[in-house]
Amino acid sequence: MDWQAFWLTIRLAVLVAAVLAVLGLPIAYWIAYSRWRWKFLAEAVVALPIVLPPTVLGFYVLVALGSRSPLGRGWAALTGHTLAFTFGGLVIGSILYSLPFAVQPFAASFALVDPRLMAASATLGASRLQTFFRVIVPLSLPGLVTGVALSFAHTMGEFGVVLMIGGNIPGVTRTVSIDIYDQTQALNYAAANQTALVLLAISFAALSFVYAVNRKVGAAWPWK
Amino acid sequence: MKAEKTNVGMQDSLTLQLHKHFANAGRDFTLDLVFAIAPGITIVFGSSGAGKTTLLDCIAGLNIPDSGKIAVGDRILFDHARHTNLPPQQREIGYVFQDLALFPHLTVGNNVEYGLADTDKSERRKRSDAILESFRIAHLRDRKPKEISGGERQRVALARALVTDPCVLLLDEPLAALDAATKSKIIDDLRAWNAAHGIPILYITHNREEVFALGDRVLVLENGRIVADGTPHGVMAAPQRESLAQLIGFENIFHAVVAAVHEDRGTMSCRINGSNVELETPLIRAQPGSPLLVGIRAGDILLATVQPAGLSARNIIPGRLLSLEQRDVIVAARVNCGLKMEVEMEVHLTLAARDSLQLQPGREVWLIVKTHSCHLMAAS
Repeated sequence: MDWQAFWLTIRLAVLVAAVLAVLGLPIAYWIAYSRWRWKFLAEAVVALPIVLPPTVLGFYVLVALGSRSPLGRGWAALTGHTLAFTFGGLVIGSILYSLPFAVQPFAASFALVDPRLMAASATLGASRLQTFFRVIVPLSLPGLVTGVALSFAHTMGEFGVVLMIGGNIPGVTRTVSIDIYDQTQALNYAAANQTALVLLAISFAALSFVYAVNRKVGAAWPWK
Repeated sequence: MKAEKTNVGMQDSLTLQLHKHFANAGRDFTLDLVFAIAPGITIVFGSSGAGKTTLLDCIAGLNIPDSGKIAVGDRILFDHARHTNLPPQQREIGYVFQDLALFPHLTVGNNVEYGLADTDKSERRKRSDAILESFRIAHLRDRKPKEISGGERQRVALARALVTDPCVLLLDEPLAALDAATKSKIIDDLRAWNAAHGIPILYITHNREEVFALGDRVLVLENGRIVADGTPHGVMAAPQRESLAQLIGFENIFHAVVAAVHEDRGTMSCRINGSNVELETPLIRAQPGSPLLVGIRAGDILLATVQPAGLSARNIIPGRLLSLEQRDVIVAARVNCGLKMEVEMEVHLTLAARDSLQLQPGREVWLIVKTHSCHLMAAS
């Protein structure tokens, strides 16, 4: 078992889940409550990583981070190096890749909050932000937990995007799923099996947690 | 009984003039209202779909009128001409929703203190204690809304709306689900609270009894317009008119004239045109001789094969069964009645009733109609 890869993956997954917990809230809020007529386009964009091959997503992120894009050049000018093949680049790619797994459960649970409760909050003088934190968030908690747990589990197991953006640099971008791939290539089945089992157990634990949390309230799961 | 009367003028009145057009369940609907409401309880009476909730939402700022002006005293909440539209947060209006909208994740105490977020903690506690006390729910402070009874939830919703010292209170059928005893206790506490505060309270209901129990003044809302305005007795003794829409769907509609008015009994007699059949109906404001439409649902008429005695129903009309027609699970019986068999009524029976009465066309029958099953409308 490659513990270095394991801890790197945990670090990546925790960071991505944390960033998405913050970043996903306003996006989900907008998706749940906006009445913009072209909203469905934005919803489709957010959902894209679910259906897109990870290599396609990874390819575009790699290009965007690389020195050929203005974004990559700007970053390089600021910091002296590009984001491609770094842990930072991996975080960005993973955030995009796991975005729908956070945003969709968030938005689904926001949409379930009784609009009359928000109206009551407004008549009692609460601003929209206060209403969000005092009414919407507490009542959407199962959906929020689901979104964070799913984005964590999803990032833990990602492969294609990591390989495209990060390559395979031990201690920097080498995650457990890449480790499994390497061990299998080297016909080192016992080591691959050991790591795969750990990943399987973590994924199972995360999903069990999600279903246990949702059991009480029901439909925070958007694909059900 | 009318404690808040002594405080009239203590707080500012609500003045309102609004126009709003919208599609409600596929049909066009226009709300067109002008009124002013002094401190004290004013009832808005109307059937569902009359625009009551929309009216309250417009006052609270949850819905925007197409035009008009809403003000409390000099403070303008909405003025289309001046592009003023205060958000609900700044209107200082207490609103008790039809379904109460208590926050399910908060305790009674935290629900009540919700609107006091900007107040410091000790003051917040003091004010919530006082209001919980005056609505007799102090012992429920640490319970969640789902752990208390319907009447208690109602009190919590009132306390939550009033603790912020609103300048107007809006109540949307707040007591509809409660029994009469619980209802009247809550109303007494509300009156007691308002005796000290004297704000305009707008109370929406479709329940006639609440109108008499509560209000100093009633506005009758019908199809988005105020059709009557006055004291409960003045307004409600007046035509208990049905709108044409409500009479549609009645199987039996007759042109009739008022034959006699019995004000002492709260009833009158109406003779169906071209016949000598007289029906006892509820009292409406009408003169003997005025034309009316009487509507009776076929399902509200009883049919007997022997002449009934000892019934409370006041209308027992002899007739002869003309035909029976089975429609799905009901049997529509047509009956000729009156001395010369000049009036035809439709009566709905169950299959079992038809079989056990062994009904055949030509059979002599009696039709029984309760006074309050006769719905009246002014004939235009």
